[in-house]
Amino acid sequence: MASPVTAGRGVRDAGPSGWLAAPALIFFLVFAVVPLIGVVFLSFTSWNGLGEIKLDGLSSWTTVLTDPVTGNALVVTAKIMFFSFIVQAPVSLLLGVFTAGAQKYRAALAVLYFLPLLLSSAAVAIAFKALLDPNFGLGPGFGLPALAQDWLGNSDLVLFVVVFVIAWQFVPFHTLIYQGGVRQIPASLYEAAEIDGAGRFRQFWSITLPQLKYTIITSSTLMVVGSLAYFDLIFVLTGGGPGYSTRLLPLHMYLTGFKANDMGAASALGVMLVVIGLGLALLLQRLGGKNRNASQLEGV
Amino acid sequence: MNGSEMNIRKLRSAAMAISAAGVAISLAACGSAGPAGSNVSSDAATMWGLTGGNQPVLQKSVDDWNQANPDKSIKLDFFANDAYKTKVRTAVGAGEGPTFIYGWGGGVLKSYVDAGQVDDLSGFLKDNPEVKDRYLPSVLKNGEVDGKTYALPNNNVQPVVLYYNKEAFDKAGAQPPKTWDELMALVPKFKDAGIAPFSLGGQSKWPDLMWLEYLVERIGGPEVFANIAANKPGAWSDPAVKEALTKIQELVDAGGFINGFSSIAADSNADQALMYTGKSAMILQGGWIYQGMKKDAADFVKSGKLGYTTFPTVPGGKGDPANVVGNPSNFWSISAKATDAQKKAALDYVKDGMFTDANTDALINSGAVPVVQGIESKLEASPDKDFLTFVYGLAKNAPSFTLSWDQALSPAQGDAMLSNLDQIFLKKITPEQFITTMNATVGK
Repeated sequence: MASPVTAGRGVRDAGPSGWLAAPALIFFLVFAVVPLIGVVFLSFTSWNGLGEIKLDGLSSWTTVLTDPVTGNALVVTAKIMFFSFIVQAPVSLLLGVFTAGAQKYRAALAVLYFLPLLLSSAAVAIAFKALLDPNFGLGPGFGLPALAQDWLGNSDLVLFVVVFVIAWQFVPFHTLIYQGGVRQIPASLYEAAEIDGAGRFRQFWSITLPQLKYTIITSSTLMVVGSLAYFDLIFVLTGGGPGYSTRLLPLHMYLTGFKANDMGAASALGVMLVVIGLGLALLLQRLGGKNRNASQLEGV
Repeated sequence: MNGSEMNIRKLRSAAMAISAAGVAISLAACGSAGPAGSNVSSDAATMWGLTGGNQPVLQKSVDDWNQANPDKSIKLDFFANDAYKTKVRTAVGAGEGPTFIYGWGGGVLKSYVDAGQVDDLSGFLKDNPEVKDRYLPSVLKNGEVDGKTYALPNNNVQPVVLYYNKEAFDKAGAQPPKTWDELMALVPKFKDAGIAPFSLGGQSKWPDLMWLEYLVERIGGPEVFANIAANKPGAWSDPAVKEALTKIQELVDAGGFINGFSSIAADSNADQALMYTGKSAMILQGGWIYQGMKKDAADFVKSGKLGYTTFPTVPGGKGDPANVVGNPSNFWSISAKATDAQKKAALDYVKDGMFTDANTDALINSGAVPVVQGIESKLEASPDKDFLTFVYGLAKNAPSFTLSWDQALSPAQGDAMLSNLDQIFLKKITPEQFITTMNATVGK
């Protein structure tokens, strides 16, 4: 039965007290909004992190926007975002559907799959850096010439290596989301489909996938917006190199701020990052459709 | 609910808030006081050192000091080189820096001085001439900004040296290069023998710089970089810079550097490991890696398989072949934001705790040359005397000792230079592009 639509009641009674949002809101104000205002302010100044903060008009913005490295960082960010998404989304969807099954061996495999979730990004990066080392890594270690590429030193290859390592680390997380989503789909839907003679593939296509619509949107938003925040892993793995090959926007911001000590330009990059992130999040929410309240379980 | 009840409630919640704040503050106090039971008081001077090389020597020196002077104790923490450089600057900028600020002199020190973050130590030196007199004068000078001393040398001279693996040279039937042409001729020889000619920690970027520093020095002499450091407009356009960059790219093209050099990090010592394991024949690195190899590859060093020499000359070059580049020493500056008690403890340590006989001996035993006078006999008596006297002679007899460029320049220029030099090694940009980009950073 579809849940009855409540109408005509006052906003005050619509749900739990708004005060429940207060702790989160305060945190958000203090640790996100206030620093954000600070960053916007700093982007109109020049400051080397030590001396005086001098108002400097738009000079940081012109520096950042005319710097070819910024353009390159945007391209690298877009590439990593795109490839991360097309690698991670299908893999984690399929793994999620697979691990949602009730069989014992699937539960056992699920535990294994989720192991990377326990590791910190820095640890993952250090481990992969050692494994991929061209002279002391896996390939030379086992005498496998195919694995003895210069994985992290080849400008053309390194981006895909980074995408792979990111996927290795984050696929388990998205698998977990999908697993939960699949388990929420009422079994009666599949039973009915089976009676109607639908095969596995058809069931997946016509039941699982549409039922996972919001799970897909959530997971995609996290993937896409999250890829704007990939920093620690890449910082440790490649440091943005070789050259500028993996210097994506957050890393570019960090290096500008804390290596070159140009806080004004780094703040301008930070503002760019926030704007792009918010824009993408909004866009993805829009893709979810206007009629957000439409039930996914009509007629169940 | 009547009025008094409400007041009590308000009162109670206010009290809760206050006690919560109290707990938070006392927790914070615990945090800064360090682990309970240690003899370090909350107002102890703080010191941040670097991991690797001199870490055990510094730890020992501070431990001894704390034992003898519990009332002037020092709290010591260690950080990896690259991480330290960003952390300390942020901390100093926020007024949270350590009492002892570890540095290299040059542009970074100047930025601290300009921001009023470090104390002028000239008066301290005048009151304590014995401190001033213990140093090699040429090294002490690197702690000066505008004629005043803001930083005092704290460890050893670190010229950049060309190290080589004697076994690899025997295998290839080669001799260490004396000129750039000989060096280039060695490249195919080693490649035929299946050995990479040079190891290089390219991911860390600063090892790349040693090549540029020495080539510019040999080709154009110390004036070229002196002009750059003085922020003269167009200083990068000196023909010596272009020739040096071209030579670097020729060496890259010839396959002079080990496969995958741009993903090798020097902070993990992988670059030197490649040389002592014989995968590469030579490495251009700082004097400090001798200490690392002495520990990590004791047999290799002890059995005399490690060779070292000066950077080859470049035919037609103007630079004196005896000139060196590198780090004259590391330095302690004293934070201007430290409390009086911390400053006193710090200066007392500098006076009486540093370069004691035990400290100097420990440095020498670790394979380093302390920056103090009158240690010739001690160096002679050391099991590492060959290397130590070589380094000491190098530093002492050099007409010019150029500070590592990334330290000599302002942080903004230094960072741009390292990024662009990385591009040169990767052949992503031409020497002309490098020069144009760097000229645009002059004065930044």
